[in-house]
Formats: sequence, structure tokens, C-alpha cells
Amino acid sequence: MGEAIVFYGLSAFILGFAVLVISTRNTVHSVLFLVASFLFVAMLYVLLGAEFLAVIQVLVYAGGIVVLYLFVVMLVNLKRAPETHQDPRRQTRLGVAVAGAVLAEFLAIIVYSSTNPSAPAVLAAGEVIEGGNVEQVGWLLYTNYLIPFELASILLLVAMVGAIVLAQREL
Amino acid sequence: MKVIWLIPLLPGIGAAVTGLVGIRFFSKAQTALVACGSMTLAAFLSIYAFIQLLALPSEARVYDVVVASWIPAMPLETAGGMGAFAVDWAFRLDPLSGMMILVVSGIGLLIHVYSTSYMHGESAAGYARFFCYLNLFCFFMLTLVLGANLLVMFVGWEGVGLCSYLLIGFWYHKQSATDAGKKAFLVNRIGDWGFVLGIFLVFFTFGTIDFHEVMVSAAAMPIEATEFGVISLICLLLFVGATGKSAQIPLHIWLPDAMEGPTPVSALIHAATMVTAGVYMVCRNAVLFTHAPMVMTIVAIIGALTALMAASIGLLQTDIKRVLAYSTVSQLGYMFMATGVGAFGAAAFHLMTHAFFKALLFLGSGSVIHAMDDEQDMRRMGGLKMYMPVTFVTMLVGTLAIAGIPPFAGFFSKDEILFQTFLHNRALWVVAVVTAGMTAFYMFRLMAMTFYGEYRGPAWEDAADHGGAERPGIDTENEVDRSRGHGAWHGPHESPPPVTGPLMVLAVGAIVAGFVGIPAALGGGNAIEHFLEPSFTAGVGPAVGEASEVVAIESAAIHSNSHATELGLMVLSILVALGGVALAHRLYLKRPELAEAWRARWTGVHRLLLNKYYVDELYHGTVVRGTMSGGRGLWRFDGRVVDGAVNGSSWLTIVASWCSGLFDRYVVDGAVNLVGWSASESSFSLRRIQTGLIQNYALIMLFGVFVFVSMYLLIS
Amino acid sequence: MLEITPSHYMVLSAALFMIGVIGVMVRRNIIIIFMSIELMLNAVNVNLAAFSQQWQHVTGQVFAIFVIAVAAAEAAVGLGIILAFYRNKETVNIDEMNVMRW
Repeated sequence: MGEAIVFYGLSAFILGFAVLVISTRNTVHSVLFLVASFLFVAMLYVLLGAEFLAVIQVLVYAGGIVVLYLFVVMLVNLKRAPETHQDPRRQTRLGVAVAGAVLAEFLAIIVYSSTNPSAPAVLAAGEVIEGGNVEQVGWLLYTNYLIPFELASILLLVAMVGAIVLAQREL
Repeated sequence: MKVIWLIPLLPGIGAAVTGLVGIRFFSKAQTALVACGSMTLAAFLSIYAFIQLLALPSEARVYDVVVASWIPAMPLETAGGMGAFAVDWAFRLDPLSGMMILVVSGIGLLIHVYSTSYMHGESAAGYARFFCYLNLFCFFMLTLVLGANLLVMFVGWEGVGLCSYLLIGFWYHKQSATDAGKKAFLVNRIGDWGFVLGIFLVFFTFGTIDFHEVMVSAAAMPIEATEFGVISLICLLLFVGATGKSAQIPLHIWLPDAMEGPTPVSALIHAATMVTAGVYMVCRNAVLFTHAPMVMTIVAIIGALTALMAASIGLLQTDIKRVLAYSTVSQLGYMFMATGVGAFGAAAFHLMTHAFFKALLFLGSGSVIHAMDDEQDMRRMGGLKMYMPVTFVTMLVGTLAIAGIPPFAGFFSKDEILFQTFLHNRALWVVAVVTAGMTAFYMFRLMAMTFYGEYRGPAWEDAADHGGAERPGIDTENEVDRSRGHGAWHGPHESPPPVTGPLMVLAVGAIVAGFVGIPAALGGGNAIEHFLEPSFTAGVGPAVGEASEVVAIESAAIHSNSHATELGLMVLSILVALGGVALAHRLYLKRPELAEAWRARWTGVHRLLLNKYYVDELYHGTVVRGTMSGGRGLWRFDGRVVDGAVNGSSWLTIVASWCSGLFDRYVVDGAVNLVGWSASESSFSLRRIQTGLIQNYALIMLFGVFVFVSMYLLIS
Repeated sequence: MLEITPSHYMVLSAALFMIGVIGVMVRRNIIIIFMSIELMLNAVNVNLAAFSQQWQHVTGQVFAIFVIAVAAAEAAVGLGIILAFYRNKETVNIDEMNVMRW
């Protein structure tokens, strides 16, 4: 009962802030709404028992990426309104319509699959990892997913180098 | 004796030096020095080698020198399975080749010396060219003589043919000279064809072309007395080669024309040495020929016929060199007749004596021609005895020698041939005796017309220095002026020492050369034939077989005949010769009107002989005309059919390419353009999708997602 | 309705994702479009976390971490590009970013 209340409350905040993100005229406000949305998603993770993910969400997304966005918004010091020019060929309404149709289809699928639940596959007993959430994630990251983990770190390094290169004055 | 390979090489070096350097840089004296020097060295080496050869015991007088391996062994099919065709550049010194190198290098040297004066009218370049050719000729002739196998001999054989061609056409601006050169070359090709086939067949039959090995193998084979076997075929082919080189019927026509060359060339190549190469080759392969009696008969008959025919033509020729040329053909016929009856020794002996006296006669005629300012017609000579005594005396010696008057050289060799022929075949002997009479007649006719009687030549300006000093030279280009005589000519005169010297040496040779072969009937030992005999048999030993039996039979026959027969024959031949001499004396000195009367009585014969039996005309009518018309026919075939086919195919190609061009332009190009056009048209419409608006692309992606999800929904 | 199943999370995720999609479709400010993409990535992460809870296995969370890493990289590079573009063109309007077409 309590979980349901929390879920619906969080969902409302998440979706509300998300809608604000895409609808606000002011870019800085948009970023701030994005931070709020991320924070509520982090709470949802806590609700799902993914404490480590929640922490990462707060640290990386809310703390890192969004700050990056904020910096960019500050750097892009616009002299004119960014969305004044409009190309006549862009199909905004068609896009929204297709997006709504896809959403409707998704919902139909979800409803259909939840009314006819397929038997959930039972994991092999030995694979259940003891310990808390952080311990479990760490264990998996450093054993089964060691190589993807390292690749991700290399990806980040490359992205960093690329960002530095791109941000140079004399590009 | 180890250095016999140097004997041919020395004139070769001389030829290289005079030819490569001399023509541009040497003065006449330098050229003469190089040419004569190399020949002198070669002559001394030949004498040295010959002396060493004499020092050996008679059965061991063979010396081989392998200079280099020429053709390394390669497998080649022979009659007895696969053989190895290996040819060494090898020289062999044996009695026969020993005699020949003495003759070639000795007479060659004398003629070189003679030429230094005779060719003095040439420019320095022409002089060097002449001596280059002459030296080259000696190189090849010595190679031919010394070659230890058929192929080395063939190299020399072809080489002397080449030099003969070059020297006949030495005055190449004279049309007749170049024509004569070509004629000689072409006629010789026919003979060489036979020779080459003979060499092939020798290798195929015996698996080797070395003379000695062939000789040994052939000696072991049976004599083909009744059937015409492989040895007979070989001998016939080789004899075809010999007829070409030695101007026998039917290939004799080139030699008289070859007299267009300078006189020393006629003396050396077309009298003394090269033309005897055929006889030498037959002697070299004596064992083969003794195994083919049928071919021997052919050889003897052709030799006799040639002797008779050439002598009869010689009776009426008025050109001094042509008389000698026909005489040469006739004497060569004698030699072949001797080989045909198996008297190889006699043939070789006659070859040697003939070399002396014929070279002498030619050189003497050259001296006369020189003195008469290039006049060769005997009708314009006469009475030259008083103007040029040395030439007269030496030529008289030569004439006596060729006529067969003892004790001159020709008597012994010719008599030996007559005697051997008499033993073998009486009919041939009669022909030979008639020929001998004719020889005596035409030779003394030549002497009478040239040296006796009244002077019939052109008058000359009576200059102060008449009768002595050397003339500036012969002007070959000025033939028109010649008959009148030009300012520099001051009448007939004796030739300078370089000309008379060789004449005198050769005259001595013509006297004494016969003494090496004094027949037993006259108390001599016939040394030369005994000396040469090892070269004609396969050697002493069990392998000798039947060939030596033939020799044994013949020698037995010789001995069984009494010397009286031989003496009788000698007397007869001397009488015939004297008869010829007397007739010539009567007709051309005592009663010239009788000659006219005879000519009137026998017009037909006279014309026939004057026109050389129309052989040239016959050949021109058949072979030359046939070849020409055949060539013309082929040319027409070429023009009509082959060219037509070529043009037709080219026309066809043009049409086909025009069609394929059309196809290319309209079908292939059309297809390509269609592809390009459709691509550009479709892209023109499709590029509207490429708006450059990212959100349109995202919309398309989203639409794709929509489609996929819809499909999922419809399936499930 | 009161029991929260993964289906609820999926509905939330789908809704959030579609909000992101609509943002991408509608807005012309490229920074906002990037933020919409972040929203879409978050929707995916929510889904992953929900399935992780359902299966009682943390692999889903591990994947979510990788997604976050990739998102960080994407944000860094993308914002670098935006900066570079802005420096040249003085605009962040996506309708003006149309030089790479025919």
C-alpha cells in the first residue's frame, strides 16, 4: 500500500518534471527541471532496492552531467532566441502523432503481457549472490563484466580526450 | 706441330687487321706488309709442320689438334639409335692435308706478293680491302684443308665461297663483276645443299662426322657394288657439293664468269686452291667413295665429260683468262676422273702440279693483261715475246707443263691419271687422251696468239721512258678509254719484280713439282702417292677390311701390268700433245688462213663451241626463266589471293568493327546511360528526403520503430 | 492496482521515453534535445532496474551503470560538438544545422 503510494507519487514527479524539461522556454530552467527529474528517478531506484544505482544516478547524472549541461548553457550566451528560426519542412505534429502511436502500442503490449504473464524463469540457485546491493554489483562488475567495465573506462577516457579536443578554441 | 692451329689463324689475324684497321688507316705499304707478313709466317709454319710430319714413320703420319670443343655433345637420332652430336674445333695434319697446306700457303704467299704490285692502282682503302679478302680466303682455305671433321671443313668450305664471291665482285662498280659474283654464289649454293645433306647423312649413318672415325666405320661396311645403298647416297650428295665447288658439269658455268675478278684472285681461288676443294673433299672421303663403286663411275664419267667439254670450249675462246678458266675446268675434270677410277693419289698429285702451273699461267696472263693496259682479248695481242721476256719464258714453262711435255710437272701427274684410267676404263681413257690433245692445242694457240706473230694491239705514244718504269695504275672505271689507250700507257712492257718474282718461283715449281711423282716405269719411286696413301685408307690394322683389299687389288693390278704398257702410253700421250702443239703452230702461226677455212667448213660446230654449248642459255631458259616465272606467278598469287585475302579480312574487320561500334554506341552506351540517367532521376526525387533536418531523420527512425512494434503486435 | 508490478514500471518507463521522444521531435534547441535523450536513457535505466528487482539479480543494475557511463561519454562529446558548432555558427538551432546535406 505504502509502496504503491510512493511509486505513484514518484512517477507523478518524474513525468511532471520531464514534461517541464521539454516544454520550458528557458534553457536554464529546463536543466534544473532535469535535475529534479533525475533525483526522483534516483528515489525510484531506492524503492527498487538498487541503492548503488541510486547513488550513481545522483553523483553522475545530477552531479556531473547536468552540471556539464549547465556550463554549456552558460557558455552558449545567446544573443537571439534559440528557436526563432523554423524550417518549414519539419514535421512536428507528425512526429508527436507517431510518438503517441508508439506509446499506445507499448501500453497495449504491457497490458497484454501483464494479463497473460509468462512463467518467470527461475534463476539457478548458485547464481544468487550473497550480500548487499553494492557488494553484489561490485562482485559482478569485477568478475563477469570486468572486460566491459574496462572498455567503459576506456570509452570515458576517449570521450574525455574528444571533448577536450572539441572544446579547443582553434578547432 | 702442336701449333698447326696457328697456320689458319695467322692469315685470319692478317685479315682482321687489314680489314678492321687497314681500310681506314693503313698505307699500301703497311697493308702489304701485314698481309704478306702473316702469309709468310703461315707458309713457314706449314713448311715446319710438314718437315715434322715427314720425320715421322709413314704409318704414324697423323697429327690431331683439338683447339676447342665447338658443339658440346647433344643427343641426336642416328641410324643406330641415339647418338651424341659433338663437334670439336679440331685440325688434322696428315699427308694429304700436309701437302695441301704447303700448296695453299706457298702459292698463297706468292700471289700475295704478286698482288702487292698488281693491285697497286687501287686506292689505299681498296688495296686494304683486297688484301683483307685475300687473307680471309687463306684463313678459310687452310681451315678447310686442316679440318678434322666435316663440319670444320664445311666452315672453311662456306668461308672460301664467301671470299670467292667478295673477290669476284671486288670491282663492284662493274655490273658484270657483281653479276658474276652472284652467279658463283648461287651456283655454289646448289652444291652446298648437297654437301650439307651429305654431312647430315654421314652423321645419321655413322653417328660421327670426324673423318677418321667415319673412315674406320665405313671401312667395316660392305662395298655397295650392286645396290645403291646409303654410302652411295652419301657419296653422291658429297659429290654434288664437289661439283659445285669444283665447277663440274652441270654446275661448271660459274667458273668462267668468275674471271671478272682481279687476276691474282683468279689464280689463287679459281685455279690453284678453292676450286680444288671439291677434289680434296672427295680424296678426304676416299674410303667412303671406294665403298660406292657406282658413284665412283658417275664421278669418273662426269669428270671425263667435263674435261672434254671444257677443253673443247677452250679451243675457240679469245679472252686469255677465259681460255685458262676453261682449262681449269678441264683439268678439274681430269682430277675427278682420277678419283672416279680410284686413283686418289694421282688426283691429289695432279691437284698439286696443277696448282703450280695454273697459278703460273694465270699470273702470267695477269702480267700480260697488265702490260697491254687491261686488254684481255688475245686477238689484240701478239708478238709480246720481245717486250716481256720473263713473262714469256715462265708462261712457256707453264704451257709445256699443262700440255704434258716431259719433264715438266704436268706430264707426270697427267700421265699417271691417264695410266690409271687406262687400267680402269678404256673409253674414259680415249676421252682423256683427246682432251690432252685439245689442251696442248689451245694452250699453244694461246701462246701463239699472245707472244708470237705480229703485234696487233693498239698503237702507243712513243714516249721517252717507254718500256720500263712502273705505270701509275689500272683505271678500272675507264673501260671506254681502255681500247684507245690513255696518255699514261707507253706500250707493252715487262712487269716489275714483285710480279716476275712469283712467276719465276712458280715456273721452277712447275718444272720440279712433278719429280716427286716419277712413275716406276721411268725408274722413279712415285714417292708422292706412297706418301699420300695413308690418307686414303682407313689405316693399317684389322679394321681396314675391304677398302684396303681394293687398294691391294689395284696395286696388284698396277704391278702386274708391265712397265712397257705404261711407257707406251706415255709416248702416245706425248705424241698427242705434240700433235696439238703442231696443229696450233700450223693454224695460228704458219697458215692463219687455214683457220678461217676450217671455221667456214664447220660453222655449226664453231658456233656451238663459241657459245659454250649454249649451257648458259639452257640454264637461263630453264632454271632462271622457270624460277623467274615461278616467282612472278607466286607474286601474282601473292598480289591477288594473299593480298586479296588480307584486304578482304581487313574489309571484313572494318565492317564488323563498324557494326560493333554501332552496337557499342547504341546498346552498351545506351545501357550505361540508362543506368546513369535512372540513378540521377531517382536520386533527384530521393534527395528530397535528405532535408538536412535531423529531426526528420529521427522521425523516420521513429516511424521504423512504429512499424516494428506494430509487426510485433500483429504477430503476437 | 495497488500491488506494484514490473508492468507499472514499464508503463512509467514507456511514458518517460515517449516524453523524451516528443522532446527530440518538437524542440529546436539542441541542448534541450540532448536533455531529452538523457530522459530517454533514464527511462531505459528505470526499466533495467525494475527487471533487476523482478529477477532478484543485479545484472540489470550493472547494465544501467554502463548506460550511465555511455550517457556521460555521449554528453561530454555531444556538448563539445555543440560548443564547437556554436563558436562557428553562433547558433544552437537545429534547423540551422543543415550544412551536411545535398
